Amino acid sequence: MTGNAEVKVRIQDLSKAFHTNGHEIRVLEHIDLDVREGELVCILGPSGCGKSTLLNIVGGFLPASSGDVAIDGLPVRRPDPRRIFVFQERGVFPWLTVEGNIGFGISGLPATERAARIAHYVRLVGLEGFENAYPQELSGGMKQRVEVARALAVNPDVLYLDEPFGALDSITRLVMRSELLRIWQTERKTILFVTHDIEESCQLADRIVVLSARPGSIRRVVEVDLPHPRDLSSPRYLALRDSILEEIGLAHRI
Amino acid sequence: MTDGNRKSEIGNRDEGAPPLPVGPRLVESILLPVGTAAVLIAFWHAAVRLSHTDVFPSPLSVLRGVGELARKGVLARYIADSLLRVGAGYSLALVLGIPLGIALGWYSTAARAVNPVIQLLRPISPLAWIPVAIVLFGVTNVAAIFLIFLASFFTIVVAAMNGVRNVPGMYLAAGRNFGLSVPALFSRVIFPAALPRVLTGLRVALGVAWLVVVAAEMIAVNSGLGYLVIDSRNAGKRYDLVIAAMLLIGLIGLVLNTLVRQVERLRAVRWGFNAP
Amino acid sequence: MARPAPIDSPPPHGRPARSSRSLVRALVPLSGIAVLILVWDVALSLGGGRSQLLPRPFAVVRAIAELAQKGFLLKHVVASLFRVTWGYVAAVIVGIPLGVVLGWYRRGGMAIAPILEILRPISPLAWIPVAILWFGVGDVSAVFIIFLGSLFPLTLTAMNAVRGVEVVHVNAGRNFGLRAPELLRRVIYPAILPQLIVGLRLSLGIAWLVVVAAEMIAVSSGLGFLIIDARNAGNRYDLVVAGMVLIGVIGIALDAIMRSLERSKAVAWGYTTILEGEQPDVAGGDAAGRAAVLP
Repeated sequence: MTGNAEVKVRIQDLSKAFHTNGHEIRVLEHIDLDVREGELVCILGPSGCGKSTLLNIVGGFLPASSGDVAIDGLPVRRPDPRRIFVFQERGVFPWLTVEGNIGFGISGLPATERAARIAHYVRLVGLEGFENAYPQELSGGMKQRVEVARALAVNPDVLYLDEPFGALDSITRLVMRSELLRIWQTERKTILFVTHDIEESCQLADRIVVLSARPGSIRRVVEVDLPHPRDLSSPRYLALRDSILEEIGLAHRI
Repeated sequence: MTDGNRKSEIGNRDEGAPPLPVGPRLVESILLPVGTAAVLIAFWHAAVRLSHTDVFPSPLSVLRGVGELARKGVLARYIADSLLRVGAGYSLALVLGIPLGIALGWYSTAARAVNPVIQLLRPISPLAWIPVAIVLFGVTNVAAIFLIFLASFFTIVVAAMNGVRNVPGMYLAAGRNFGLSVPALFSRVIFPAALPRVLTGLRVALGVAWLVVVAAEMIAVNSGLGYLVIDSRNAGKRYDLVIAAMLLIGLIGLVLNTLVRQVERLRAVRWGFNAP
Repeated sequence: MARPAPIDSPPPHGRPARSSRSLVRALVPLSGIAVLILVWDVALSLGGGRSQLLPRPFAVVRAIAELAQKGFLLKHVVASLFRVTWGYVAAVIVGIPLGVVLGWYRRGGMAIAPILEILRPISPLAWIPVAILWFGVGDVSAVFIIFLGSLFPLTLTAMNAVRGVEVVHVNAGRNFGLRAPELLRRVIYPAILPQLIVGLRLSLGIAWLVVVAAEMIAVSSGLGFLIIDARNAGNRYDLVVAGMVLIGVIGIALDAIMRSLERSKAVAWGYTTILEGEQPDVAGGDAAGRAAVLP
């Protein structure tokens, strides 16, 4: 990634606290982050560090307690169909078929164009033959593809992925990662990807933002200058992974 | 409790036992209840014979009673009367209850205000409203329809309310993310997501309406299957007709229940019923 | 839009000025009742004709006080509760074991369940003539009708609960060498308990609805009798509505007692999985479970 691409998402001095039963829980503190156009940024942190909350604030689903989030220079106030949030496969609508799900956000298009778009994204995520299947007839990985296709079909500039592969088995997870990279390389979206999986972040990201535990704050930002496809046994990859393991305070040994 | 008998309806059968072929299972599922019914009827017949009762009817005289009612033309008219009352009261409850329930499910403050009222009114047997219904509407069909409306209304409101409340937040977030307006959010996300639960409520409410129409007809009007039960007893202790009416009530109730279950099996709503 | 945008795990938004908010929150449920009473009063003061027979709220309060003074209140309430208790307890003793057996033996369930499904939609009140024939006019008839009213839903709930027990759990139990009685006590019983308790609550509600209706026909005491008697003997509609209010309040109390059972830790696990996330504290959240109800 070239360093001088335009800034797409700008997060400035963002903090978030929740109030429950009279207690204040500080979840995020003083987050500053710029995400460049077309960049794939992984936000990495332990469970409960507030990384999901961060993504929800950036997506416009939750208000920040203080600080600003701007996309293309405009402040984010509410969810926007130009930036789509991909949940774990649980966000697929169970009452719609694969086609119905993928076409959910483009119901305003003329029928022929809509059908063409749906067909395109069905192919892109490799679900040909399952167009009329209902989600409960699909595996977890296939449902996840439906969610990604549903998001891509509206042609958003930004995708938010919140531990999208967390519920999948390890083999499917690997396949889905390379699919995501393939799609990202054809469509060039800006992607914010939340994960607690160090390997995952090292395999995908242009930059890795490591968050500390609650209250979450940025501990370190790691530039990953490894070209795709990444060789998972190369010394550079291993060195990267180990440095992050160390950063988080885990010895590289079981 | 032998191991081989442990079996649930939905495919989770013992690993060890070979699956039963479909044919015999189907035959079994018809033959067994028919056989049991035959045994029960035989037992009933024998009991009436042996006890020499002249009041309680034998199965055969119940059957003759049904024939008699059909010949006189009362049977069809009474069934139609009961069904019409249920149809009117239930439809009214549907038309008013579903929008109210959806609104209450959405606006939680309104729900907190209305909930105690619903909880207070619900345990009052619809039949306890009979005096009030008669004051307001006289001894008419409207009174019976009002009672059926009351009986199904609260169940429907609560079902719709819980249906909307329990729509996973993630579906709402996704809908909003795609830029849906509030009406579109309702028609494209909330309604389909709540549908399975609402349908279950509708089925239950229809059952309730059927129970109540029969009871209301015993008191408040002079036609219908409930009236047939009480009238046959009061006018000449025709217990054959009493039992005939009861069995008809049961059969029609079962048919109504089955019809709504068919709707629940539609592909687009089946997802909510844990079916494979 | 009153509903916040809930996403995944984050707790709800911060609430400023908590004390005044919580006061408002406490008042909201009362406001519903207040509006009901107000509408009732205003509607009757405006309405003409036959509605003039109906009592206004204050008259109902006076009527309840009158009942209490004369000692009728306690007498009727106790009579109704007495019948409910016997009919309901009998239904529990017969229905639950029957349901468990039918759920366990597939063929038994196949043979009997359709017959129960035909008997269930018959209003318990339709049994009144038969009950009177068998047991005469009196408490036994009313108890029998209540018994029938709660028997079918209890049996079917128990049957479906046993059928729904995860095969994995049964297999795990067997794996540890449990014999049938132990399996029943240590696996089946705890597994079906959450559904059973919901079924118990719903059928108690049914029993309460049925007793009131049965008393309107078959006996000469109890809250149902109070209602019909107050109307027939002198159009005392204030007493009619007083009876209705008492029925509602006692119904709520019975429901609340059963609900407190659902909150115990031993069964609370069941209400997320079995009832698909039904919120137990929401408006009688029993649309799914309210199997067969009332007269």
